[in-house]
Amino acid sequence: MDWQGQKLAEQLMQLMLVIFGVVAFITGYVLGSFQTMMLIYGAGVVLTSLIIVPNWPFFNRSHLKWLDPSEVEKHPKPQRSNFGPMKKASKK
Amino acid sequence: MHSFGYRANALLTFSITILAVICGIASFSDNFNSPSPAAQVQVLNINWFQKKPDGDDEVSLTLNISANLESLFTWNTKQVFVFLAAEYETPKNSLNQVSLWDGIIPSKEHSKFWIHTTNKYRFVDQGSSLRGKDFNLTLHWHVMPKTGKMFADNIVMSGYSLPKAYR
Repeated sequence: MDWQGQKLAEQLMQLMLVIFGVVAFITGYVLGSFQTMMLIYGAGVVLTSLIIVPNWPFFNRSHLKWLDPSEVEKHPKPQRSNFGPMKKASKK
Repeated sequence: MHSFGYRANALLTFSITILAVICGIASFSDNFNSPSPAAQVQVLNINWFQKKPDGDDEVSLTLNISANLESLFTWNTKQVFVFLAAEYETPKNSLNQVSLWDGIIPSKEHSKFWIHTTNKYRFVDQGSSLRGKDFNLTLHWHVMPKTGKMFADNIVMSGYSLPKAYR
């Protein structure tokens, strides 16, 4: 799962659970049935987990573009300079 | 959210948080219910009234209890526990409560009832002060919710009295 996929998964999970919670509560309250509320919410949690938990392909759409290894040679890592300030520990 | 276990964990904890919020609101919604229960008790007969060997008074009653507790039930009510108590005053104690009968009402369909019964639990005074005693019969109830706060209230019915002599 790539970075964008992780963000999508988290936001989708929160949105779905809140919506299912609201829908379940309103339905249960209107019908006067606590059991209906729990069943709707339970179904919502199962559905959300089926969408969020497995690593579905649509979570892996934006691939990170790593630099080609040849680029490394063109831009060498800066070396530590020998002319920098010396440590004070130098003995006299 | 990078791994299977992490996502499962996040989903579980968040879904339980929402569940707790839902249950909290469901409990809160009970406050919008303003019940208007009604109850009536008749003492049909005083079967016997005696002093026990240890000196305590005991009386046996035949009661007719009728009540309509339908309005106590909301969508968040699991059951209602109801009990009838005799309440009276003695010189020693300002309030004596003796439970005479109780019952569990499992649903709204059963909450409008009448019952013809002798006292289920013994009506014994700790002492011998029941002769000629005026007492109240009080119907207490506890509403047990599916989630959240428990409610309790009662109806006091006064004007009952015991005979002046043992029989």
